[in-house]
Amino acid sequence: MDAQAQHDVGLFGLDRHISLPGPLLLDGGAKLSPVHYAYETYGALNEDRSNAILICHALTGDQYVASHHPVTGKPGWWTRLVGDGLPVDPARHFIICINVLGSCMGSSGPITINSATGQKWGMDFPVITISDMVRAQAMLLDHLGIERLAAVIGGSMGGMQALSWPSLLPQRVESAIIIASTARHSAQNIAFHEVGRQAIMADPRWQGGAYYQGEPPSAGLAVARMAAHITYLSEAGLTEKFGRQLQERDSKTFGFDADFQVESYLRHQGISFVERFDANSYLYITRAMDYFDLAEDHGGILAHAFASCRNTRFCIISFDTDWLYPTEESRHIVHALNAAGAPTSFVELSSPFGHDAFLLDVPEMNRIIDGFLRTGAA
Amino acid sequence: MTEALRPDLAIIADHIGDATRVLDVGCGDGALLAALRQKPGMDLRGLEIDPANVATAVARGLSVVQGDADTDLGYYPDASFDYAILSQTLQTTPRPDLILGELLRIAGRAFVSFPNFAHWHGRISLAIGGRMPVTKLLPERWYDTPNIHHLTIDDFRALVKERGWSVEGQWFLNKGRKTNPANANLFAEHAVFLLRG
Repeated sequence: MDAQAQHDVGLFGLDRHISLPGPLLLDGGAKLSPVHYAYETYGALNEDRSNAILICHALTGDQYVASHHPVTGKPGWWTRLVGDGLPVDPARHFIICINVLGSCMGSSGPITINSATGQKWGMDFPVITISDMVRAQAMLLDHLGIERLAAVIGGSMGGMQALSWPSLLPQRVESAIIIASTARHSAQNIAFHEVGRQAIMADPRWQGGAYYQGEPPSAGLAVARMAAHITYLSEAGLTEKFGRQLQERDSKTFGFDADFQVESYLRHQGISFVERFDANSYLYITRAMDYFDLAEDHGGILAHAFASCRNTRFCIISFDTDWLYPTEESRHIVHALNAAGAPTSFVELSSPFGHDAFLLDVPEMNRIIDGFLRTGAA
Repeated sequence: MTEALRPDLAIIADHIGDATRVLDVGCGDGALLAALRQKPGMDLRGLEIDPANVATAVARGLSVVQGDADTDLGYYPDASFDYAILSQTLQTTPRPDLILGELLRIAGRAFVSFPNFAHWHGRISLAIGGRMPVTKLLPERWYDTPNIHHLTIDDFRALVKERGWSVEGQWFLNKGRKTNPANANLFAEHAVFLLRG
């Protein structure tokens, strides 16, 4: 085994954890050091290290893209796209998924230890941005010896990272796939997030974020999740699934139990979420998304954000029932990429499932991604 | 790519050189772009309105975006392509003159192909039968046709002259084969023009 292979053995595989000294310079001005990472890799790097694909996860996602979640025991969150015989295939690709900065599954965030105090960061953790997440990922890839990505792929907030990667580091990205995403958070996006944050902060258990010795603000976090979850679905989807059907009862109770099935469903979504997610992380990551506006650093002109991207191939996919990041947002990205002369593919797919469609069974999406990735490999 | 190209597309493909930048407006499932990909050094882009066509084109690895020529061409910078292509689409647009102007703003040259409404079949159908022609090339009836601006070869020439564009090439097709340019307005079912702004 040569030195390179020995180096790789400990670094690659399931459930990896590593701390790098950094420092990571954050947009807000703070320096983060050390930087903790939790990540997984699947497949093997080829000889010239040209088959690496970075998968970026969404707001409440994690590094378990194609392996069982240690808390919920559920299969990976993108097993419809990533796996044997699928468009992102460990037999052909070296696949990396890293828990984002600010999250709560092992990478640096409010629940990790602040080395200056020996205590969990809580709300002393610096406010982060999508660009910070990308720079943190790049720092880990440097350590893994991955100079260049064959592709970076993400949906929703993962799409924001996938879009930022070529903008920030154009020489390191061959191609980017951005699904159900946006180049900026709209007023409505920010408004929904603010409802969630206020629900958390209104929970008396939140205590300014210093709840790690006691009970977490689960009620507030559950409400935040419930509100957000509505935005991930479509009205037609909700109507089809629940309509006005009552929950295990024949008539209305004239009370405030979950009379309706949709209420019961949302409560379940909220309750199961708090078992696996940290309220402070939710505050930090939603803030990062709200701050996201890729054009901001380029005089408000999005095309300028892609000025160095003529050699990066882009694939943009939206869904017709997604009202969180509607197709118009994707079109806005496409127009900017066209203006910048970047090779771009774009399609709006039809699905009844709203924003969450990208996580569900959409054969057309897989067909497109497969063709797009195979072209890059040719 | 071994599939046979539609005759008008084959003519266009034959007259596009290596290492050129091409925008195919209304590129369908990307058949022409896929053929052009065989040439070295090409920078190929497509615009197509039908999502199923776009999905097929993207799945074959082409840079095709879903969009509407009537609204989306404005987002392309001036002179960003060597060639723009508009095949069998001109007659479906609300303002063909504006589309042609946009093509020649975005690209140095434009290939435009369209069915000739003055072909003798159509003339007989209208003149003798008194009905709008329904032919192999124009199979829809008057009420369900996407072709809202029927034109003839002479109509097209008149527009080109009026706008001060120049014709760098013209080819005429009948039953899928090249036909004599003489009396094309009467005998050609289909025309391909190469314009320069």
